[in-house]
Amino acid sequence: MKLLLENAHIEGIRNYDIYRKHGGYRAVEKALKLTPDEVVEEVKKSGLRGRGGAGFPTGMKWSFLAKPEGVPRHLVCNADESEPGTFKDRYLMEFLPHLLIEGLIVSSYALGSNLTFIYIRGEYAWIVDILEQAIAEAKNNGWLGKNILGTGFDCEIYVQRGAGAYICGEETALIESLEGKRGNPRIKPPFPAVQGLWMRPTVVNNVETIAAVVPIINLSGEEYAKIGVGRSTGTKLISACGNINKPGIYEITMTESVEEFIYSDEYCGGIPKGKRLKACIPGGSSVPIVPTNLLFKTAKGETRYMNYESLSDGGFATGTMMGSGGFIVFDEDQCIVRHTWTLARFYAHESCGQCSPCREGTGWMYRILKNLEHGKGKMSDIDLLWDVQRKIEGNTICPLGDAAAWPVAAAIRHFRDEFEWHVTHADEAQKRNFGLAHYADPRPVPAS
Amino acid sequence: MSISFSEAKRKEVNDIIARYPDGKQKGALIPILHVAQEENGGWLDIPTMDYVANLLNILPIEVYEVATFYTMFNMKPVGKYVFEVCRTGPCMLNGSDDIIQYIKDKLSITEGETTPDGLFTLKPAECLGACGYAPMMQLGKFYKEHLTKEKVDQIIEDCRKNAGVNN
Amino acid sequence: MSDTPKFKVTIDNITVEVPAGTTILNAARLIGGDVTPPAMCYYSKLENSGGKCRTCLVEVSKGSEKDPRPMPKLVASCRTTVMDGMEVKNITSERVIDARKGVVEFLLINHPLDCPVCDQAGECDLQDLSYEHGSEQSRLDFPKRTFEPEDIGPNIQLHMNRCIMCYRCVFTAEQLTQRREHGVLERGWDSQISTYLNKALDNEFIGNIIDVCPVGALTDKTFRFKQRVWFTKPMDAHRDCPTCSGKVRLWFRGEEVFRVTGRKDKWGEVEEFICNTCRFDKKRASDWVIEGPTKVNRHSVISQNHYRGAVEAQKELIREIIGKEPKMLLDIHTVSDVNRPEIHLSEIHGPSHSNDFLPNQKLEGQRKLEVGKK
Repeated sequence: MKLLLENAHIEGIRNYDIYRKHGGYRAVEKALKLTPDEVVEEVKKSGLRGRGGAGFPTGMKWSFLAKPEGVPRHLVCNADESEPGTFKDRYLMEFLPHLLIEGLIVSSYALGSNLTFIYIRGEYAWIVDILEQAIAEAKNNGWLGKNILGTGFDCEIYVQRGAGAYICGEETALIESLEGKRGNPRIKPPFPAVQGLWMRPTVVNNVETIAAVVPIINLSGEEYAKIGVGRSTGTKLISACGNINKPGIYEITMTESVEEFIYSDEYCGGIPKGKRLKACIPGGSSVPIVPTNLLFKTAKGETRYMNYESLSDGGFATGTMMGSGGFIVFDEDQCIVRHTWTLARFYAHESCGQCSPCREGTGWMYRILKNLEHGKGKMSDIDLLWDVQRKIEGNTICPLGDAAAWPVAAAIRHFRDEFEWHVTHADEAQKRNFGLAHYADPRPVPAS
Repeated sequence: MSISFSEAKRKEVNDIIARYPDGKQKGALIPILHVAQEENGGWLDIPTMDYVANLLNILPIEVYEVATFYTMFNMKPVGKYVFEVCRTGPCMLNGSDDIIQYIKDKLSITEGETTPDGLFTLKPAECLGACGYAPMMQLGKFYKEHLTKEKVDQIIEDCRKNAGVNN
Repeated sequence: MSDTPKFKVTIDNITVEVPAGTTILNAARLIGGDVTPPAMCYYSKLENSGGKCRTCLVEVSKGSEKDPRPMPKLVASCRTTVMDGMEVKNITSERVIDARKGVVEFLLINHPLDCPVCDQAGECDLQDLSYEHGSEQSRLDFPKRTFEPEDIGPNIQLHMNRCIMCYRCVFTAEQLTQRREHGVLERGWDSQISTYLNKALDNEFIGNIIDVCPVGALTDKTFRFKQRVWFTKPMDAHRDCPTCSGKVRLWFRGEEVFRVTGRKDKWGEVEEFICNTCRFDKKRASDWVIEGPTKVNRHSVISQNHYRGAVEAQKELIREIIGKEPKMLLDIHTVSDVNRPEIHLSEIHGPSHSNDFLPNQKLEGQRKLEVGKK
């Protein structure tokens, strides 16, 4: 079942007329007949959870928005997609720009934002043109601007380009960047819902979250909540990459098993060249990596499914997280130490440098991992690495510290022998991979 | 050297500034720095940044702070074509290391360097959000994805052709 | 303001009542002693300061009377306001002690540890913090981060390698001077304080960045390498200044004024910011009306064993909290005998003189003055 990508393959769907012909902007028509609070209520009922990574219930976030008399409020769409493994928002914006604009109009109406921004990562330069084109078309057709559909509701949407900073995906850093400052996350409280953009009440939502508001309004919150399982309602976009036959964007109903997702032809289509599966990071680089033996089945032996609850079953000891849906698959030839090193380099590169544990800790972890990967490590470095990540986690201003610490912790937790092998076999370690060891894919080697 | 935007660029910049509520024009800083960098041959020097500060009526140091924070702003001159090859995890799994090495060998430059003819700069990049189309690089406004050595050859050749240089 | 409700907050088993809106750190400062978390970036006189260094992290074991749930993460006490009935653990929390040790290690891995040649030595917050919470050995196996030296003019010395990125100097320039000309450049591991232009900082009041700097990253160039601070004797003085309050601290050796600074309180914060003229240009004793020797400054080795009758750490209080003796800061005399430990600065009448510190020099009777006991 597809809610977001249903029309993605229709030729010319980027174009307003074709989008409209396929039922586009119905959600705006429907929503603007409701009161803003009723729209918020629908979103609450839908059980929609933030699709940016944290999975916080969107309706609840919206209801936290302060509404002081005479102070403008803002909605900001977080399109600063930069988490390694995650490229779903790009797809939505590139192929279905009107879906995002439609969602933004509905959401702006619900929240009372007359000035709404899409903060997009600076590298997605060509998508800025696509979005601005869509905004112009929407405006020409009366969906934006003054007195939309005669309701008296005014709304303008602008696209703002970032300029290369993962940290601006953190909502308060994003707000700072939108204000023309360095992307330093703010110290909370106050939260954006009270003092956000220009100290005005602000909601920041991910692209996919905003897009999901469209089917929620079209179907009703109640109907939307029936899709999915448990507290994982609706559909989720998964961006699959790494060593799979069919990398790309998949919309799932969160009832698929992880094994089905990797091996079925409907989704990833298995591992190329008949290789075996070694590990997977199912929710973007920040979430813990899990070896195959904990990926298909939880520690309790139950089938693991592609949803918030099942993926996190077992906590960080044996589970992982749904995160932003950046699904990275590792075949048997991949080196976990090398991969962890590139992630540590990424986080060190992206740390804003404001607080000491992150500024110093991420750079330190990167250097230790570089040594280990290049055969210059010591056995004690592994424990040191563990201790450094432990002292970053939870002690920083924003979640980047945690995001940098978790992948390192999980890699050591599950693949410690591979780290040790890099110390004991320093020369070999640079040339080839440690192998599968005990976390091997239990499936037989598929016939190629 | 003092810089000044053309009439058309002035209009573009004023349109950007007009998006922001009164007194919040500083929000336009990053979009305008993008314009300024493009106008200044791909990098930001002090006169350019001071000019932007003046446009927005903010302090020069506020511009320096922001410009040095974001990786897309080049604080040193760069080549006409900047190859920003992603090397983070998912791209690494798909062979970005080989692509980077190939470019280094082919152009005889290393990360951060520009070829003597001023055409190419190799700038190491972290995740550019194209993990499913790895290995990839950013070239100007667009992404070049599913890179192979042959594709890199083609890209370099195209760049040389566009620049009107034959060698 | 009298309408502000009072909140009860318990920190390390000691309860105080504070006006709503008070931060945990400021509530802890009311209790004082070891209950007070160390703060490297927070500065009560600078708006928006704090939250960055993470040394003041504490555990909130009970959120409030209304919502007693503990906070899951440690919080920065300098930026978290108290709630009524809140319970906070500082030195009674293993988690806090462990995290603080981590933060101190992070602050030190790239610090050059060049205290022997650093003018800040003896009055450095990072030095104090390391004695209290640091390890004896660095676990960093790599060359430390270094920055290109930048000349920011004749009055202020910037030594970026020592910086801990507290942002205090940036806030000072923003909030005290007419035009901020330095800031934080680059990001992450490479973030640095700079003007980007090698520009001399000469705005009125910019000299205060020296006083707010918790480490030796910004020091007084006019005082550079002239004296170790523990050889100089601080005297409070004032002058009729058209620009600032003119209330300063003069640092004497002999009859000579080596340095002029603001007057720091017991938390190491200046009471009033002073102008550049007072700080850099008034270096003669005759420029000033001298009020007398400075009372003890708990942040400084100057206070260690030098002042008789100075306020001692609240030993009783600490025993009550954790049932153990407070940890002594390192006494400079255990590692160096350059100064004669038997001579107490407060016993020297008037400004100290280098002769006072010659080995085996007996103090002349008439030079003794019991100022320390007042």
